[in-house]
Amino acid sequence: MSTRNVGFLLLAVALVAPWVAYPVFLMTALCFALFACAFNLLIGYAGLMSFGHAMFFGLAGYVCGHAIKVWGWPPELAMLGGALAAGALGVVTGALAIRRQGIYFAMITLAFSQMVYFFCLQAPFTGGEDGLQGIPRSPMLGGLLPVHNDMVLYYVVLAIFLFGFGAIYRIIHSPFGQVLKAIRENEQRAVSLGYNADRYKLVAFILSATLAGLAGSLKAVVMQFATLTDVTAAMSGEVVLMALVGGIGTIFGPVVGAVIIITMQNYLAATGEWVLVIQGVIFVAIVLAFRKGIVGEIADRWRAYSAGSRK
Amino acid sequence: MQNDIILEATGLTKEFLGFVAVKDVNLRVRRHSIHALIGPNGAGKTTCFNLLTHFLVPTSGRIRFNGVDITGRSPAAIARMGLVRSFQISAVFPHLTVRDNVRVALQRPLRNSFQFWRSDSMLDRLNDRALALIEAVGLAPYAGLPAVELPYGRKRALEIATTLALEPEMLLLDEPMAGLAHEDIDRIAQLIRKVAADRTVLMVEHNMSVVADLSDTITVLARGEKLAEGPYAEVSKHPQVIEAYVGTGHG
Ligand SMILES: Nc1ncnc2c1ncn2[C@@H]1O[C@H](COP(=O)(O)OP(=O)(O)OP(=O)(O)O)[C@@H](O)[C@H]1O
Ligand SMILES: [Mg+2]
Repeated sequence: MSTRNVGFLLLAVALVAPWVAYPVFLMTALCFALFACAFNLLIGYAGLMSFGHAMFFGLAGYVCGHAIKVWGWPPELAMLGGALAAGALGVVTGALAIRRQGIYFAMITLAFSQMVYFFCLQAPFTGGEDGLQGIPRSPMLGGLLPVHNDMVLYYVVLAIFLFGFGAIYRIIHSPFGQVLKAIRENEQRAVSLGYNADRYKLVAFILSATLAGLAGSLKAVVMQFATLTDVTAAMSGEVVLMALVGGIGTIFGPVVGAVIIITMQNYLAATGEWVLVIQGVIFVAIVLAFRKGIVGEIADRWRAYSAGSRK
Repeated sequence: MQNDIILEATGLTKEFLGFVAVKDVNLRVRRHSIHALIGPNGAGKTTCFNLLTHFLVPTSGRIRFNGVDITGRSPAAIARMGLVRSFQISAVFPHLTVRDNVRVALQRPLRNSFQFWRSDSMLDRLNDRALALIEAVGLAPYAGLPAVELPYGRKRALEIATTLALEPEMLLLDEPMAGLAHEDIDRIAQLIRKVAADRTVLMVEHNMSVVADLSDTITVLARGEKLAEGPYAEVSKHPQVIEAYVGTGHG
């Protein structure tokens, strides 16, 4: 089964899904799926582990929400604004973080995200601990799209998700993506061939931040609020989890991982405090059973199977 | 003639926390020659390579390439000027195919490597050249295989093909024969000779018959210092050189 066929299958599922499941739940899942895909662009294809990606996701939510609620921007423009704000934050934090490798890189991103968290707690426009409430669902495309209707909004969210997902696919399969993979595989060798590795990593970091910001903006539009939770270190950890469970460095893995984690949280919400414990156990089980994540493992077995049947 | 010298290092020195790995080395490499850098283990040969290509910053000393002072430039910039190195431990991109390994090098001069919005199918026009280079090092049957699956000797061959893809003016090869089987050694030696016809090669090598056979000039390093320099016949009779090798039980 080729990547293309899997894509069509998933698309078909996404198109009929709102008739079967709650649209708001599905839209949340799509927002996190995009977030996880953006994160995966960095870890899976540039080999950079960020522990602070919630800063892009969360901050973009505030910027987008504020632009809609206070400045009266149409949602599509506000989302673009949120994504670009996250990208700008990515320029600054990335320029400083990519000079360090491995765990030091991860720690610097974590430190920056803590600073952004503190900023969001204190800044006048974020609503502090209450978050930014009551973001209106203003109509999109000059009134053509009545997005106060959940069904309509679902397909808008799906379209934006597909745009983001397509962008990531294109980046991975571009001349730039090819060099990025070479740097991930052997940075010294790439440098010895004349590639300035840090610049490629910085561009990847900014792209990943911008797309994470698009996901965060989308979530603010769907939920009609922006919250401090989305800027926390716990949220940065959650996106790592989603990518790991689904499969780092696979194109569909983060989508699958995000859907699993969001579904789990949804059904386990009734168990209260236990949700974290149950989530932890399931996480450990999945990581032990599927070392390359669910999608990574399935892809491996499929490849082995089809290689075997060809002989 | 002054511009007969393509690479010139003067007073090259590298200290690691008080330990002097390379000490006041002067090196002049003639254009279109094969120049060997030899010496016992730990003599500072790899460190010299790292200094010349600026993978390490020299403690002191200057390096001129084609008459241009390149001291202080970034390693990637030096590579783009045409001074390209290989590594002692074979350096490939393990999970890219053999063809894509070479293509990464061919892609560099195209200046499209930041274009993240275009399809990588535009790189397909490099395939023919990539395959020709792969064939030249005897890897044609493996073109579609991930590099990680090649045996060690083939990885070295791939590394050379990748380096050649850049069409560098000068190649720095760090022990190209290490770990190679006999028949591979002959093939790679031929290849180096062919390549050197219109390029310059500086190589570190422990295999003395290869060194004797290929090189025009030999520089001997020991404990970070230059011990002797000249053609093989001369250098191999040098008493200090013999002592250095016997002293460490090498060669
Ligand atoms: N990054 C480093 N930090 C500290 N010491 C180093 C470093 N790199 C090399 N050295 C030391 O410098 C000396 C020279 O090392 P180098 O690798 O240049 O030797 P070499 O001549 O290439 O040896 P070989 O034939 O074994 O490859 C050695 O004693 C080594 O331990
Ligand atoms: Mg060495």
